[in-house]
Amino acid sequence: MPAHDVLIIGAGLAGQRAATAAADAGATVALLSKVHPVRSHSVAAAGGINAAINPADDWRSHAFDTVKGSDYLGDQDAIEIMCAEAPAEVMHLEHIGVTFHRNDKGELDLRPFGGASFNRTAYVADITGQALLHVLYEQILKYTEKVDRFEEWFVTSLILDDEGQCVGAVARDVRSGRMETFAAKNVILASGGSGQCYKPTTNALICTGDGMAQAYRVGAPLMDMEMVQYHPTTLLENGFLITEGARGEGAYLLNADGERFMEKYAPNKMELASRDVVSRAEQTEINEGRGVGDDGAGIYLDITVVPRKRTLEALREIVNIGKDFAGVDITREPILIRPGQHYIMGGVKTDINGATSIPGLYAAGEVACVSVHGGNRLGANSLLDTLIFGRRSGEHAAARAAVMPMPHVNDDALRSDSDMISEIIGRDRAGRRVSEIKEELGTEMNRNVAVFRDEAGLRHAHEVVRRLKEEAQSAYIDDRGTVFNQDVLGAIELGYMLDVAEATVIAAIERKESRGAQFRTDYPERNDDEWLKHIDISRNGDDTPDVFYSPVTITQWQPEERKY
Amino acid sequence: MAEAHKPPQDFTLRLRRYNPESGDAPYWDEHTIQLEPHRSVLEGILQAKARFDGSIGIRCSCRAAICGSCGVRINGQPGLACQTHLDKALASSRDGAIEVEPMGNMPVIKDLIVDMDAVHWKKVQRVTPWLINKQPVPEREYLVPRESMIDVTQTMACIQCGACVSDCLSMEVDPLFIGPAALSKAYRFVGDPRDAEQFERLKDLAEDPHGIYDCTHCFKCIDACPKGVAPMSQIMRLRRRAGDDHGISDRNNGHRHEKAFTSLVRDNGLLWEAELLPRSYGGDSFFGKFAPPAALELVDSLPVITKALVRRKVTPMGALKPHKIPKEDLRQVKRIYDTVEGRDERIELNLYVSGYDEDAEPGYAAPDDAMASAGGPEGSEE
Repeated sequence: MPAHDVLIIGAGLAGQRAATAAADAGATVALLSKVHPVRSHSVAAAGGINAAINPADDWRSHAFDTVKGSDYLGDQDAIEIMCAEAPAEVMHLEHIGVTFHRNDKGELDLRPFGGASFNRTAYVADITGQALLHVLYEQILKYTEKVDRFEEWFVTSLILDDEGQCVGAVARDVRSGRMETFAAKNVILASGGSGQCYKPTTNALICTGDGMAQAYRVGAPLMDMEMVQYHPTTLLENGFLITEGARGEGAYLLNADGERFMEKYAPNKMELASRDVVSRAEQTEINEGRGVGDDGAGIYLDITVVPRKRTLEALREIVNIGKDFAGVDITREPILIRPGQHYIMGGVKTDINGATSIPGLYAAGEVACVSVHGGNRLGANSLLDTLIFGRRSGEHAAARAAVMPMPHVNDDALRSDSDMISEIIGRDRAGRRVSEIKEELGTEMNRNVAVFRDEAGLRHAHEVVRRLKEEAQSAYIDDRGTVFNQDVLGAIELGYMLDVAEATVIAAIERKESRGAQFRTDYPERNDDEWLKHIDISRNGDDTPDVFYSPVTITQWQPEERKY
Repeated sequence: MAEAHKPPQDFTLRLRRYNPESGDAPYWDEHTIQLEPHRSVLEGILQAKARFDGSIGIRCSCRAAICGSCGVRINGQPGLACQTHLDKALASSRDGAIEVEPMGNMPVIKDLIVDMDAVHWKKVQRVTPWLINKQPVPEREYLVPRESMIDVTQTMACIQCGACVSDCLSMEVDPLFIGPAALSKAYRFVGDPRDAEQFERLKDLAEDPHGIYDCTHCFKCIDACPKGVAPMSQIMRLRRRAGDDHGISDRNNGHRHEKAFTSLVRDNGLLWEAELLPRSYGGDSFFGKFAPPAALELVDSLPVITKALVRRKVTPMGALKPHKIPKEDLRQVKRIYDTVEGRDERIELNLYVSGYDEDAEPGYAAPDDAMASAGGPEGSEE
């Protein structure tokens, strides 16, 4: 049985950063991921990473922008930490080899980004996430002696001891089908978001909310789950991400009348208002008949106003996406986009060190909710979140490990998980296919738990999710094998997604106001008197989950009206 | 505007299947899927998986050509399943069915899934794939030329999908060849002004018999790469850095061989085969053949030379004289050399540097103007 001071589940940016931080602090580390680390979804982050690096900038300005972007739902103590530590973290990345683009003086170049009052987004063309992820993986290869890698291992459950401490996890080696119990003094969840609950989504097929559901099932509350970000520019065609960097470089949004309609919604920031604001503006234009494309379901993103040379240098990836997936040369003509599901601000509730309510269980990155993003995340703050809180979790977990013995863990959980897998594989073909249920879930969430929401739609979504949970109990698969049985993993992932989706829907029903990404057409105003608080969701067996509230931490910025 | 999309149509996918648990040999498995022609082969496979057979094995995640999971061969050509359109795949199919196979040069685990750890990642580990910092490490960022970071961005664009490894001909012959992907990774450090050990890296890769001089310029990796990394170009740049910039004279004789090649073509317009070997080993002049290392190598090569003579591929008289081309043609060749070698600096092709300037077009507001670059939280005007 492998036993480590720190077991990290997920090897995207948060997981890899936690791994090097914990190893540097002297801990033994296992880094486990259901895909090879460089396939993690951090790879898809395009635009950049925010930090008040310019001497004329101030981290407080970054923090205020983040607070305002969060529609005052973000916890200000956590936001202060993130923004204050950002410059040093970006310098660390630079020192380990990230090829950040430079200005003419050879310093880090900084590009403008949505919701920011200063140019503070460091970037590598429009492959920033990829560059960061691959450079961190270089470090993981350098740390081969210090960090044990378990690549292509899928976690089936977390293990708690009798005192309610997290002491490990059960995982399946995807390649061989072998089950293994991992003992650990601490477990850090860094397994990303749950975008696959939506269809379409910019998220990868692996983003199935595994860590959120795993923590939720052992009793950790989920927070801010109603806050689901729709990115303003996803390809109309298939929902692929077009980086905010495009608007950062100066691109326009145009409606069917050729009008830069953002003038009406955010006269100061225009296209670079917060994502929730821009997505709502676009959806309003579409709903009111000023959309473009077939059925008027899209908006034009006009990148031709950016000099071609600059586009080829700094927006190379979306030139490719336009060419490969829409048949458009974005340097010559506008491209059709629409708002699309992109990010979940909510997640496993943690403190500023990544610790959850369960001793020994940490969470960092999109799986977690610190909460630094509150009701709406600013572009280029997610990479920052993963690294700052990944590092802090790693350091904190290593310190905790240093003063405790290795827990004794038995194979009970392994046996029950093995039985669960055998049961899925052995199901007869009576129920629905797993793929059908997943499809229906995604479509329903995108219809009723999207940019604009109301009670009736949310109730409908809740009923659908409850029914799908029932149906998933008997959903069948085809693959009976052990080697790379992706089919059975898909069935387990579906279970994770349904738990997360239910928490999202319930939180959205609960919040009877409009704030950040949650816009209720039946409660169109922000209501600080009643709803300046987090909604926490806890599991309650198979019944409808419990709902309770926790306060928003306010340090220096009192809520005020939000205008861009 | 985007061309109007065509309605869904039927496509036949012929997938190479292999189940390691069955004891059976690999086999072909056909499925008919229905999608719009501009959809990807991956979407087709996922439809077959969702509707007909969930046991089809393929790694995939992002669907947008950025995670590098779905490297396969489609109608014999390596690439990403998510980036290849069904209509284009159909056009290159032999008989109307789109054939999808696992990548080459790596062992198959199941169906379309190959063992990248056993080959690709091992080779990446071989090139010391992390930055060795120039000391002292500055408190803030290293100050480096703007162009240098854009330059290495081309190799940073590699998504480690393995498509280039799949079809590397040199690796097929010499499985120990470090190969296109790992050598591109190596360039990412050699081209990075923050790295302290560029000379050591180059020396190591030049001296390794399976290193930079093991590439045979077949261009397969450049064709295969879905991200425009052009691995072979990166290998050639490593050679130029090693040989020209650092004067590394490797024990494989790679650099001297290349020099002999270019000077023979410059002087004769065509390659003079009989002179190539002596000059590579004895020095790049007519007298190279009289140097002791060349003599040794010539003796070593006697069986090959004899065979060539017996098979009349060369005649003794022919070997003593260079090929002849018309004088005007020879002048043209020389002019090319003069132009290229006469440049003050070497021009390297790079994806991220478009190589030409365009004036800002009317209506463009520079980002700096679009946003006030200083000021308080509300401080930004159109």
